[in-house]
Amino acid sequence: MEALLNILNELHPEVDFETETGLIDNKILDSFDIVTIVAEIDSEYDVQIPAVELTPENFNSAQALYALVQKLMEE
Amino acid sequence: MQTNILEYLEGSVARCPDKVAFADATDQLTFAEVSDRAKRIGSSLLAMNHRGGSVVVFMRKHPTTLTAFFGTIYAGCYYVPLDDEMPRHRIELIIKTLDPGILICDDTTRAIAEELAYPGKICHYDELVQGDINEEALADVRAKQLDIDPIYIVFTSGSTGIPKGVMACHRSVIDYVEHLCDVLKFDEDTVFGNQTPLYFDAYLKEVMPTLKYGATTILIPKQLFMFPIKLVEFLNEHKINTLCWVVSALTMISAFRTFDTVKPEYLRTIAFASEVFPMKQFKIWKSVLPGARFINLYGPTETTGICCYYEVDREFEDHETLPIGGPFRNTQIILLDENNKVPAIGDQGEICVRGTRLTLGYYRNPEKTAEAFVQNPLNTIYPELIYRTGDLGKLNQRGELEFAGRKDYQIKHMGHRIELGEIEVIVNMHEDVRSACCIFDGEKKKIVLYYTGDITTADLTAYMKSKLPRYMIPNVTRQLEQLPLTPNGKIDRNLLKKLYEKK
Repeated sequence: MEALLNILNELHPEVDFETETGLIDNKILDSFDIVTIVAEIDSEYDVQIPAVELTPENFNSAQALYALVQKLMEE
Repeated sequence: MQTNILEYLEGSVARCPDKVAFADATDQLTFAEVSDRAKRIGSSLLAMNHRGGSVVVFMRKHPTTLTAFFGTIYAGCYYVPLDDEMPRHRIELIIKTLDPGILICDDTTRAIAEELAYPGKICHYDELVQGDINEEALADVRAKQLDIDPIYIVFTSGSTGIPKGVMACHRSVIDYVEHLCDVLKFDEDTVFGNQTPLYFDAYLKEVMPTLKYGATTILIPKQLFMFPIKLVEFLNEHKINTLCWVVSALTMISAFRTFDTVKPEYLRTIAFASEVFPMKQFKIWKSVLPGARFINLYGPTETTGICCYYEVDREFEDHETLPIGGPFRNTQIILLDENNKVPAIGDQGEICVRGTRLTLGYYRNPEKTAEAFVQNPLNTIYPELIYRTGDLGKLNQRGELEFAGRKDYQIKHMGHRIELGEIEVIVNMHEDVRSACCIFDGEKKKIVLYYTGDITTADLTAYMKSKLPRYMIPNVTRQLEQLPLTPNGKIDRNLLKKLYEKK
């Protein structure tokens, strides 16, 4: 989780990712962020996020995103 | 001979009044409705005695926004598109540059508009569109209009921290539309899926041919560009067959292996601009759509959007890049070296553009205009302007133009043209910043900011967000005790680049 928070904080140091649950709904993340996050997750966790998992729900909070990463790691 | 871009609209209204011209996910306007609204807006502006000046169109991205653009032109005025996603500081800088005119807002922008110290009159779109059409007044404007009169101003990044307003006229836009259409072969069955915002000039590629042929443009919701499967489903649902997108929007789809799940069913023409298409991603597109045409477009706002094209007509190796190709008809590209001479074939030179598509120059900025729009040094006989792009190019063995970098610190990032100097100026304006320098990691496409001063990276980022558009916010911001200097005392960008690569 810490590594993921580092990735997110690097992109948006002004956002509190531990509490924010509307990263997509509140237009905090844009398409560039998504591309960057997916690439960084790949290099950090060796996890490739497939297009079907690119949904607003999976990216609305750091918690949801981490759950996705864990799910993909188990597969 | 056509002298006014509204003749495109009037032709389509006569041929296919009830066809949908512009739509988004929820709303749509037919050609007759577009014309009716545009004429009402134009008549309302004239009724307020506004003729020939600027009209700021500060509205969300929506089909009605386009009718505000055309209404402005009906009144003989030129529109200045702004967007509710632009930061306040930038909007204020632009408004300060403009002579007071009229600002058109909608429900989403009204509150912000009223807080701005706009020196002109603020009007709501819904009120202007209620006005009656005054055919006589509109005809009078038309009779006196010349094709060298301006129709819009778009603001681009300026290295001094102040955006530059590029002014285009009827004639340059008509020249652009005619030759673009010849190459891309649009027709009345073309269904465009628009990706680019309305506050630059890229949307002209879709909107003007839509008027010319009675085609259709669908404005794609911005949010979809984060979710590629939904995006491709949207393309299919609306039977979109033609794209003119920035490269990063296309690669976002292919890089996520979206095509494993869903494929575009109707696409037949894919034009792209603003950046080099990474070859691996390009090949994915080509393999999924083997029958489609792919056209690389190149050109700055100062030459009415684009000036060169290359239609992909052969296979490329992974290490190769797509060329810029050559100019559209009625446009010439001249390469010039440091001594204003044409370099030997294969040698590098600055890409300079000659032709009708040159815009009028920068709004109220004679110094910057004179730097970029200059006398053709190869012509010593009569006055003739060329535009110096600041881009470097060279001819390959096939005689095709290839992009070879920049003369200055301008970059292309996420489809946007950015002066790194503009970011530095804004950062240096903060009282707790001592010095700042921006570099660009071209490989990973990241803007990297180094700074010194008594402010945290979080606070500095929050500050930048209030001053700069989203796409100009550095992707990495790092604080240093001191910035490295060259022997001449300038900030050493090369050393910063090395420092960044080490991390």
